[in-house]
Amino acid sequence: MSARQNRDPEPLHPHDELLRTDRIPHIWCSGCGIGIVFGALMSAIKKSDIPLDDIAVVSGIGCTGRMAGYIALDSFHTTHGRAIPFATGLKLARPQGNVIVASGDGDLLAIGGNHFIHAARRNIDLTVVCVNNFNYGMTGGQLAPSTPFGAKTTTTPQGSPDEPFNFCSLAAACGAVYVARWTALHIRRVTTAIGEAMNKKGFSFVEILAPCPTAFGRRNKMRRALDLLNFYYDRSVVKHGVHPDEASLDFNQRLVVGKFVDRERPTYLDSYHMVHQREIGDWPTIEHYSTMLAKEKTEA
Amino acid sequence: MKYWRKPLDLGTIEVTRGIVRVIEGRCKGCEICVNFCSRGVLRMSDKFNRKGYHFPETIPGRECVNCRFCEAICPEFAIYSVETNGLA
Amino acid sequence: MNGDDACCEGALAAGCRFFAGYPITPATEVAERMSHRLPEVDGIFIQMEDEIASMAAILGGSWGGAKSMTSTSGPGFSLMMENIGLGICTETPCVVCNVQRAGPSTGLPTLVGQADMMQARWGSHGHYEIIALSPSSPQEMFDFTIEAFNLSEQYRLPVMIMADEVVGHMNERVVIPPADQIVTVERTAPTSDPAQYLPYQPDASGIAPMANFGDGYHMHVTGLTHDAKGYPTMTAEAQAWMVDRLIGKIRDNADKIISYDTMFLDDAEIVVAAYGISARSAKGAVLAGRQAGLKVGLVKLNTVWPFPEEFFSHLSTKVKALLMPEINMGQMVLELERLAQGRCQVVRITHPGGAIINPSTILAAIQDVFEETK
Ligand SMILES: Cc1ncc(C[n+]2csc(CCOP(=O)(O)OP(=O)(O)O)c2C)c(N)n1
Ligand code: SF4
Ligand code: SF4
Ligand code: SF4
Ligand SMILES: [Mg+2]
Repeated sequence: MSARQNRDPEPLHPHDELLRTDRIPHIWCSGCGIGIVFGALMSAIKKSDIPLDDIAVVSGIGCTGRMAGYIALDSFHTTHGRAIPFATGLKLARPQGNVIVASGDGDLLAIGGNHFIHAARRNIDLTVVCVNNFNYGMTGGQLAPSTPFGAKTTTTPQGSPDEPFNFCSLAAACGAVYVARWTALHIRRVTTAIGEAMNKKGFSFVEILAPCPTAFGRRNKMRRALDLLNFYYDRSVVKHGVHPDEASLDFNQRLVVGKFVDRERPTYLDSYHMVHQREIGDWPTIEHYSTMLAKEKTEA
Repeated sequence: MKYWRKPLDLGTIEVTRGIVRVIEGRCKGCEICVNFCSRGVLRMSDKFNRKGYHFPETIPGRECVNCRFCEAICPEFAIYSVETNGLA
Repeated sequence: MNGDDACCEGALAAGCRFFAGYPITPATEVAERMSHRLPEVDGIFIQMEDEIASMAAILGGSWGGAKSMTSTSGPGFSLMMENIGLGICTETPCVVCNVQRAGPSTGLPTLVGQADMMQARWGSHGHYEIIALSPSSPQEMFDFTIEAFNLSEQYRLPVMIMADEVVGHMNERVVIPPADQIVTVERTAPTSDPAQYLPYQPDASGIAPMANFGDGYHMHVTGLTHDAKGYPTMTAEAQAWMVDRLIGKIRDNADKIISYDTMFLDDAEIVVAAYGISARSAKGAVLAGRQAGLKVGLVKLNTVWPFPEEFFSHLSTKVKALLMPEINMGQMVLELERLAQGRCQVVRITHPGGAIINPSTILAAIQDVFEETK
């Protein structure tokens, strides 16, 4: 088993096995949803059959980006927005590895948005876990691409005039093979989803709506984490398989959660090898993806 | 794994089906566990931990069913439960 | 073959197995050749969505255990800066080839420049040291690329190849030695028990052994200031420890890293110092000067960073003047001015970019200096 590198000699909690306990307490505020999601990530890793040596966690910058620093696995805390391209290199150079990207909504979908859509398009075999706390927590609560229309942040003091992204719909449109959204309160679903995403070959995306009481809640009448969690409890509706375009986040009515996409498509490396082994003819007579897949299935 | 030993800062209350344990020093007092325990087993203690937060304790007479929801949701990895096999 | 192609062959000979890049003139040929050569050696080529992603990807590739490289020019080099800093801070071996064109901005995409020299040195924020090599022929594109990989693996940092459009596109004979005659350097793997491993604790060589993803060391790698464990440590002391080490590993080994060639230095009164394509013009001018009976010498810089400080300090006490032709308005010459400290004249031969500096221009400058100092 793994090195209990420089950590407390005896575990206090079931999660301690995967925690860098010598860095606990973590920096996250009381009630912050990042800790909840981080716990789910650790549970999913423990439940998976994947050897711990083969798992890497890559984060960008932000409160969520600090996840990489607390997990006692190969872990990389990169630059703001660039976790996905870093993880792409890591995965392509070591295809047997299972690479998880865990980062914030701003990191993955504002500054890192371009990388997100292209990694999904290429179907790079990554598990992308996005903690969506509707703002930039780390820098004190500014507008994010997820901030609901009208919500207050430090840079939208009168309410946001921006229309937010529906991340799940974006991921699906770009070709992600697994797309799910849960709230931090759906903790077992989150764990299952991360586990499924890790086992899925291809670009998987799990969005978790999470409380940021300090930066977001405070400015939006949800000062306590509980307020937002209760809000989720009241408003979230599970709709598996619904088209992500329909899975809207309407804070005035309901928040649609569930597993929206679970499909097959060759990964970047599958296609790379097929192309270089000349398994497909010259364009435009290249076999369609579905044919490629069928071929793969019969071989397997 | 060895969770049966009893670290000094663990508050232990035994009930029939599960024991919930709190690593008091880790708790940041968010009250999430208290609010979402399906059995209403927990309440916030009047005591403060060394970080100055109140932490949860069990309500005497309430039974923990070892559902481990508190363990899963605690953002601080400060609470967990273990099965008691009916031992009280 | 041309310089860009030679660069690829050098990379492959050095063991490069991962390339991430984005097309840009005049570096595109590097990516193009890599895209067909890498699959032949079971390597991976990927065209990323931009140069930021390319740079991030090669850092990831390197931690994945593959010798990794990207190539770019002008605007792309600017986009790479932040992640070059991440590579420096996390001590990630990799190679960045900049086939320089003229700037600023889009500038002259197809025409030569050498104006990114200070950007290579200082382009990412914070204080650090780098290694940069400057080839002046396709043969050197081959040789220096191997050297760049070796230095990056040995000293654990991104190493830059500061080429230029003319060298990149120039066709010349390149001698590729048999594989067993090519010296390659591999990163030092840790030997300690994973439980004791300190990913940023230097060993006797002054460099920390590096575990790759999957080796079982479960290391944490961050661009935050970190301690020997690799843990973020937000103190001035930790900053001092880290920065001293990042800088020290290059400065303390500068003698081993620095490479230059000299001609006619024994009796030279005037010395032309040059790098990259301008070193070829300089050589022509120096040979012509010698034919005309002028006591002129040449220093051709192979390594541009770290700069040979002691060498030029000393040289400045022996010669009347140091001249530096470069296709910018005076960049590396600032180093000469700094080191000469007024002990000899330092002459800038500048060019805003778009064309090489003719040997005749350099010769004329040499003659002028001889006239003045007579
Ligand atoms: C290039 C760059 N620009 C800006 C920043 C400052 N910055 C740090 S974190 C952050 C936003 C993080 O927001 P998000 O990804 O949503 O993470 P959260 O803190 O909410 O978990 C910003 C803007 C930075 N580190 N780097
Ligand atoms: S600022 Fe918000 S996101 Fe950051 S740790 Fe605090 S609650 Fe969490
Ligand atoms: S294990 Fe379940 S029943 Fe027991 S305290 Fe925790 S949440 Fe309540
Ligand atoms: S959820 Fe954890 S941190 Fe919050 S009150 Fe309960 S034990 Fe304390
Ligand atoms: Mg956020």
